Amino acid sequence: MIPLTWFVALSAILFIIGISGVLLRRNLIVMLMSLELILNSVNINFVAFSYYLEDMTGQLFAIFTITIAACEVAVALGILIALVKNRRTFNADDLDTLKG
Amino acid sequence: MQELVFSIADVTAVVPEIIVGVSACLLLMVDLFVKEERKEIVGWLAILAIIFAGVGTVCLASVEARTVMAGMYVVDLYSALFKMTLYIGAIFTILLSLNYMKSEGVEYRGEYYALILFALTGMMCISSGADLLTIYLGIELMALPIYVLVGYIKKSPTSNEAAMKYVILGAFSSGILLYGVSLIYGYTGTTNLAGIAAGITASGTDSPVLTFGVLLLTVGLCFKVAGFPFHMWAPDAYEGAPTSITAFMAVGAKAAAFAGAVRIFMAALEPAFADWQAILIIVAVGSMFYGNITAITQTNIKRMLAYSSIGHAGYALLGLIAGTADGAASIIFYMFVYTFMNLGAFGVIILLRKCTGKGDMIDDYRGLAKNNRLVAVVMLIIMFSLAGIPPTAGFMGKFYIFMALIDQGMITLAVVSIVSTAIAAFFYIRIVLLMYMKEPEGEFDLVKSYSVYYVLAICIMAVIVLGVYPGAFMHLAKAAAIIM
Repeated sequence: MIPLTWFVALSAILFIIGISGVLLRRNLIVMLMSLELILNSVNINFVAFSYYLEDMTGQLFAIFTITIAACEVAVALGILIALVKNRRTFNADDLDTLKG
Repeated sequence: MQELVFSIADVTAVVPEIIVGVSACLLLMVDLFVKEERKEIVGWLAILAIIFAGVGTVCLASVEARTVMAGMYVVDLYSALFKMTLYIGAIFTILLSLNYMKSEGVEYRGEYYALILFALTGMMCISSGADLLTIYLGIELMALPIYVLVGYIKKSPTSNEAAMKYVILGAFSSGILLYGVSLIYGYTGTTNLAGIAAGITASGTDSPVLTFGVLLLTVGLCFKVAGFPFHMWAPDAYEGAPTSITAFMAVGAKAAAFAGAVRIFMAALEPAFADWQAILIIVAVGSMFYGNITAITQTNIKRMLAYSSIGHAGYALLGLIAGTADGAASIIFYMFVYTFMNLGAFGVIILLRKCTGKGDMIDDYRGLAKNNRLVAVVMLIIMFSLAGIPPTAGFMGKFYIFMALIDQGMITLAVVSIVSTAIAAFFYIRIVLLMYMKEPEGEFDLVKSYSVYYVLAICIMAVIVLGVYPGAFMHLAKAAAIIM
């Protein structure tokens, strides 16, 4: 059996990659992909814990997280399309009209 | 996890949520049959639905507190008080929107009101959640429609930009929050709030898994209430959004986030008090000073109110830092008062806003008192209340929070907070000065809208009545906090 720590380590690595992706990359699409990575790292955690604790709550949670992740991306891409129609840019650094 | 049994008692307990959620779906259909010029009807129907839900909540609050849906959902006085605050926020937002969205010149559709109702359903789920799953789903159900509403003026690049920034940072914070939840689940083996408290008590608090989980969960929640240094999204989202939606975010989303935060911290993470108290002290002090000092330099009034809302989040967090039932009660009171103050302020902004684009800048208020005495008096009372000057409700809100802190012996923190209110008074009173002491630069052409007048009248009455006679509501809030 694969020990629990391996799963947690994998999810921690994915989580860190996701966080750094959102903070360091400037392309909005890549940032959205990194957000998905964060949510998937959470899912790995939930499913692994659920398996080792022999408790279904974690898997239940993971299913809900997957659904929400899909909704979030749908909304984010919708907003992105409206943005690109007005601005013609995918770069987060170009979003600088609001500041102060 | 409990066995899932579904009974009629479970359904009756969530009748208000069902009313709001189902009406949101129905409104989408009704909208198809309403002519373009008469879309207000959809707004009035939405208000009617919220009033029905309010009646339902009052009826449910009078029965004994109970947990339904296999321990996932709780119906008690605490959730009822927060729901009342949220209903008021949503109804007033709709009243403010009726004319405003027309003046912004956007394609005006009924889905606007449906989205507000969906967001309201999410907020209600947060305030009633007894399980991290319910609270998380509520947070998302609240956030997703608000992302769309912030970007509702599709042709405006600022509105797009605000929505994009909000959606990325909102999803980012949800991810952090969820990772914290997953670690806490791994440590305690449950996501039920009471179960988590029992689990932490049983296994002790000195595990890095728990500390890290609590840290991430706290950071996620601080993002949601816009506390420093996790506030970056707030000023941009507030400034770029349609003003009515800014009001909704400042009032509804904040109150709901606090409803969830108080329940999570007080019910689930109580045994790990020392872990989160230290983080919250940093966030609260940072929010109060950063929010209030940065607000001084703003030229856009919506942006100024965004920074002021960061400051107010700091004050409300103080109630959590006290960690007592009195602290929780003072948060309930503060959020109730804050709803009226902020809706009033945004109501005045909407009154000043006509197609010319006036009303968003602080300079636009120059000399308002000369010809529009009544509007200026309204703004004056609201600014005094936001600054916390007696006899307004804003003063009582801060008073109860500081009392809760002093009761716990945290006098230094209370003194520091009072110093920050002195800084805050500066930029609120600056607006009053501009209105009364300066000469106007042109004619004011105010929007004539009875729905906005009603909102302002009720807000002013509430601010004064709650300031002079806060006892009755505070009594309820204390009762609610003790049962929780």
